[in-house]
Amino acid sequence: MWVRSTLAYRTSFVMMAVGNFAANGLDFVAIMLMFSQIEALGGFTLPEVAFLYGTSGVALGLADLLLGSIEGLGRRIRDGTLDTLLLRPVPVFAQIAADRFALRRVGRITQALLVLGWALPRIEVDWTVGRVLMVPLMAVCGTAIFAAVFTAGAAFQFWAQDAAEVQNSFTYGGNALLQYPPTVFAKELVRGVTYLVPLAFVNWLPALRLLGHPDPLGLPGWVDFLGPVVAALMCTGAGLAWRLGLRGYRSTGS
Amino acid sequence: MVYAAVAAGSFRRYATYRIATVAGVFTNTVFGFIVAYTYIALWDERPHLGGYDQAQALTFVWIAQALLATAALMGGGGLDDLQERIRTGDIAVDLYRPADLQLWWLAADLGRAGLQLLGRGVAPMAVGALAFPLALPGDALTWGCFLLSVLFGVLVSFALRYLVALASFWLLDGSGLALISGLACMFFTGMVLPLRVFPGGLGEVVQLLPWAAILQVPADVLMGVRSGDGLVRGLVFQAGWAGALLALGRLVQSAATRKVVVHGG
Repeated sequence: MWVRSTLAYRTSFVMMAVGNFAANGLDFVAIMLMFSQIEALGGFTLPEVAFLYGTSGVALGLADLLLGSIEGLGRRIRDGTLDTLLLRPVPVFAQIAADRFALRRVGRITQALLVLGWALPRIEVDWTVGRVLMVPLMAVCGTAIFAAVFTAGAAFQFWAQDAAEVQNSFTYGGNALLQYPPTVFAKELVRGVTYLVPLAFVNWLPALRLLGHPDPLGLPGWVDFLGPVVAALMCTGAGLAWRLGLRGYRSTGS
Repeated sequence: MVYAAVAAGSFRRYATYRIATVAGVFTNTVFGFIVAYTYIALWDERPHLGGYDQAQALTFVWIAQALLATAALMGGGGLDDLQERIRTGDIAVDLYRPADLQLWWLAADLGRAGLQLLGRGVAPMAVGALAFPLALPGDALTWGCFLLSVLFGVLVSFALRYLVALASFWLLDGSGLALISGLACMFFTGMVLPLRVFPGGLGEVVQLLPWAAILQVPADVLMGVRSGDGLVRGLVFQAGWAGALLALGRLVQSAATRKVVVHGG
């Protein structure tokens, strides 16, 4: 239904899709403008940065397509419309995720895939079957990790209703971070996104392994393959937080 | 005066969203850190890129974060309400009011910008100044010129967003156009990369477009890159674009209001 309703304003839909495509592309234009002045950033070449950019963008794009609407939870709590959803015999989580499902978000994924497709033949990797499989695995685990962040952020809104923007700093901010090589950032920041909010498993750690760059934190090599474990743990944690938030929700008025 | 009351009301309205403001400060700070580190890497490779030293490049990052909400660098900034009123037809009621539409929304936008500058401008800037060596001026005069320049920047930003909102009279649903104009704003203000860093001819052209008045000029004023003649030229450049775009907004407004047909009355 939401797909049909957005298609009703056709000019606007086309502009929205183009805009979404360009929104993500803008970051890449900035990266290209940077590389028009330099050869390497933090020891990474343009195709290598493009690879990081593409893998992170695909993961965030897929998570956003599936769960992006969930950040509207705060608004629903404020205006009381969440109560309507509670009365329906369908899980609230599924209803919120499908609410205002926005087809235009496909623009982001398309753009990230194009950059990734450009980067793949240009990065210097000795491709084996295992290494080829690592790329789709990264996309799946990355999507799960970002989806967990979206869910946890939404659950947080049960307590702080106006704080949708905090969630943005972890999802879109995380994406902006992962587009650049970890060598660019201060060690504390890299530690933060490895141990605290383990976004580093979306693409940094597997990509470092793939591209043959040393890990700035000097972690043991097997850590690079922990993506699926981290993703599973995060999804479980986010699911629990969501349940806890929903149980504690007491509607407005009292 | 009614417009002063509108501005004050708008200031208070945004002041009530306290948690949202804190959340916004947090987000601005996080993004500030991410961009700051990429600029350090960039300026390590190419010192004095675009005529900035590293401290100035870092200062640019935090000015951009401080002005992000103030000058609505990503678009929006309350004018989506106007857009929605046009789409639903509530605008017909507004047109009967004994107040000028453009001045009304300008007053509201100035109130909003004032609160955002205090609420979401000062804190990220302070964090940035604590965490990185910034090139901030010590004299009150430069800060005064900066504030004047920010005011002009907000006027230009408002004039552009007002034109986008008015386009809803023809497009009905203007959200697509608003998105694209927000993107143009991000790119051409220098939010994604300072305009001085853009290569060659592109760099010269983007500094003549109206968007340059919103972030690039105020930033250069604060960092002392523009002083003396350059400062005056910068302010005239901003005032010129603000005047031209506000006048264009008036023209479009009168064309649009002639077009409105109120059903049933």
